[in-house]
Amino acid sequence: MPLQQSSHVVSAPFIKPQQTISAVMRQVIYAMVPGMAVAFYFFGWGVISNLIIACASALAWESLALFLRKRPIKNYLADGSAVVTAILLGLALPPMAPWWLLLVGTFFAIVVAKQLYGGLGYNALNPAMAGYAVLLISFPREMSAWVAPVTLPMADIGFIQTLHWVFLHQLPGAITFDALTSATPLDYMRTEIGRGVSFNEVRLSATVGVIAGKGIEWINLAILLGGIWLWYKKLITWHIPAMVLTSIAVLSGAFYLYAPERFADPVFHCFSGATMLCAFFIATDPVTASTTPMGKIIYGLGVGCLIYIIRTWGGYPDAVAFAVLLMNFTAPLLDQYTVPRIYGAGQRKG
Amino acid sequence: MVQKLWKLQGGLKLPGFKTLSNSAGIKALPIPPQLIIPLKQHIGEPAKPIVSVGERVYKGQVIAESNGYISAPVHAPSSGVIAAIDAYPIAHASHIKETSIVIHTDGKDDWHPSVQAVPKPLSLSAEDIRQRIRDAGVVGLGGAVFPSAVKLKPTREIETLIINGVECEPYITCDDVLMRCHADAVIRGILLLGKIIKPHKIVVAIEDNKPEAFQSVINAISKFKEAGITAVATIDVTQVPTKFPAGGEKQLIKVLTGKEVPSGSLPYELGVVCLNVGTTAAIHDALYHGQPLVSRIVTVTGEGVSRPGNYRVLLGTPIDTVLDYADVANRTEAEVIMGGPMMGIALADQAAPIIKAANCLLIKKTEQVRQPVASMPCIRCGQCASVCPMKLLPQQLYWHASSKAFDKLATYHLDDCIDCGCCQVVCPAKIPLVQYFRFAKSELKARERERKKADLSRLRNETRQLRLEKIKREQEERKARRKAARKKTTSRDNETEQAMQSSLKEVSSEGKAVESQMSTKPSPGETSNQQKTMVR
Ligand code: SF4
Ligand code: SF4
Repeated sequence: MPLQQSSHVVSAPFIKPQQTISAVMRQVIYAMVPGMAVAFYFFGWGVISNLIIACASALAWESLALFLRKRPIKNYLADGSAVVTAILLGLALPPMAPWWLLLVGTFFAIVVAKQLYGGLGYNALNPAMAGYAVLLISFPREMSAWVAPVTLPMADIGFIQTLHWVFLHQLPGAITFDALTSATPLDYMRTEIGRGVSFNEVRLSATVGVIAGKGIEWINLAILLGGIWLWYKKLITWHIPAMVLTSIAVLSGAFYLYAPERFADPVFHCFSGATMLCAFFIATDPVTASTTPMGKIIYGLGVGCLIYIIRTWGGYPDAVAFAVLLMNFTAPLLDQYTVPRIYGAGQRKG
Repeated sequence: MVQKLWKLQGGLKLPGFKTLSNSAGIKALPIPPQLIIPLKQHIGEPAKPIVSVGERVYKGQVIAESNGYISAPVHAPSSGVIAAIDAYPIAHASHIKETSIVIHTDGKDDWHPSVQAVPKPLSLSAEDIRQRIRDAGVVGLGGAVFPSAVKLKPTREIETLIINGVECEPYITCDDVLMRCHADAVIRGILLLGKIIKPHKIVVAIEDNKPEAFQSVINAISKFKEAGITAVATIDVTQVPTKFPAGGEKQLIKVLTGKEVPSGSLPYELGVVCLNVGTTAAIHDALYHGQPLVSRIVTVTGEGVSRPGNYRVLLGTPIDTVLDYADVANRTEAEVIMGGPMMGIALADQAAPIIKAANCLLIKKTEQVRQPVASMPCIRCGQCASVCPMKLLPQQLYWHASSKAFDKLATYHLDDCIDCGCCQVVCPAKIPLVQYFRFAKSELKARERERKKADLSRLRNETRQLRLEKIKREQEERKARRKAARKKTTSRDNETEQAMQSSLKEVSSEGKAVESQMSTKPSPGETSNQQKTMVR
């Protein structure tokens, strides 16, 4: 819908809106800063290159789409939603991802999943996760090439070398890219448990770190802090994050108690992969989530359960994208069937 | 006794801006040379003028009488001569005129001889007090302007009488200063009300940002107690948390009693009656001084006002006269909002008069009020729903209002929306939600009217059809009878021919019957169709 200009009759309230979309998005971005910083600390310049390329290409795609749709580019770019999508995608993709991967990812996120549906507010699917899912299906090799945390042999890859790799596919000297990568903790856990190694042994490996994956666990913690700040600022409500985490914890807890050697414990699940990013920043995307309190609770439960199910029995290592996309489809229905009781409804007279 | 408080769902904490205007007491405005008094200053039927141009009237004289059960009379606010009875601009968001009585004042301000103080108002019967309130033209002065006497004739036992001194809108302080300066009048008014409706308890609710008003009412009550008036013991003065719209009738009832007024019903059905403090003081004036409602306290405030404060203004005083007096700077670029910033209306015409509903004139700069709103698409953030005091889903309402899905609007309870504006204030997309809702509401009402009219005319049409048919049938029967009578007299030779003709007639009349049936048949079909579209 185009911007609306109010007509001649002006009506109350005559108080300035307390928030604007760009202010909301800006605060969401601030809330992700700790997560980004910790990710940079552990995974080096590859995180920064991801974020920069994702943001630049997302903004370019958004401008192009707005231009083709003849929408006021400046107003909509300023809303900051494309940047939020880009940051989510940049954090979710393996650091040092090649430039074209990010370009394709943001294309699907911004142009296909968002603008083709009618732009901000009208997209049915979470743009970042739609882009991520397309990449995961089309480029499984690139998508699973996670560089190992810097404390492993990565230390000497500087920013320039990172760009060299990202754009020209060249690494200095005799280093091969394979030498830089390692399995993600979730991957590692799956393959090891699949080989019959018990979870307790898996937990002791260097990949898993203190609780849920070297580096990853700290990123999750930082994102958790940012998320709590968002909740404190009333930009998100507790329903979705609490329900996502609760359902993951309860499900994984139940299976862990049932067979501790074959199933990872709740702490591992909550602090590995993109769990926190999903709970606080992805599943809470207002446009594609349910909006009524009860709807949000069910939606959060659904996302959490699906994450656990796909992680444990599905074919993909992390399940956030598919869990969120699947629940996106249910959001309109949830909204329709969870209309809250209004003031005075169902009240007996007298 | 400490009043238990329930939580107000939704709502907003807003900056109050009350200190701008709440410290200067109440100043009386001089009598303007001309008063313009609209006949409709209340909810219900407009009053009927009973004076004619050129007639001399006295202050407090009835110039237009109440016209129906839900209506209120209008009195001359000052003495003078009726100069005109004609359509004049009224305080409205667009340029609308309504029939008004114009008085050229003589400056003497002579009271009509009928205005006499009642010696012992509390000894009057309940019905008598109520009638006097009605005759004095007292309506809800909090802004709702519902005729008070109607509220005071509940058909069931009343548990709680709530006196609303919450005044939750920012900027407005007329109730605040009234309670500070005339708490005794309020208390006496309350005692009169207690006499009429005999509630089990009486609660005076004051927002906790008005400690002076609270203290003043408490002091007044103890003064009454010392004077030996024990009836005041049932009055409980309570502070409620400052939150908009805690002063909304439905919201206040919830906060004080925990009960929710069901959609479409009135508070008294729950055993609650709620009146504003200003109204209570007006009731006091009507009984103790015999004075009808001819003036009210108006807060004039805003950043551009050099003499902000509260003024006692005669009804009918042109708003620009009030602005002159309060010394509003830069008048050409000033917008006047009647009411508060959340629910007031930006006046199209500043020459419009002060009416019973005018609790506040808020002056803002034009660019603050009349700037085009560039709204973004709804991002479904749900902020609107979390602040809606009626617990509606403004987002869905907006969606259906903008796509004109009127039947859906009913299922999402548009009619329960109180236009409080909370949703719009928090909406990050800056969508003018309330404007959509107002529009949709008026559209719904118009459609309802249309539907009723259509139903009525269809009914009329159907009965007409039936009547016509009946007449036709009767005529034919008569004809047939006459023919039969004639047949007997005609010769046997013609018998065959006659028989043939009559059988032909029968066929044709049958055909006609079928035809007429066809023409009436579709209407029931139409009704069911229409009903379907209404419920779908
Ligand atoms: S506050 Fe505005 S943007 Fe948010 S859901 Fe409500 S209408 Fe949509
Ligand atoms: S204006 Fe209506 S929908 Fe909006 S918050 Fe107030 S009652 Fe709710």
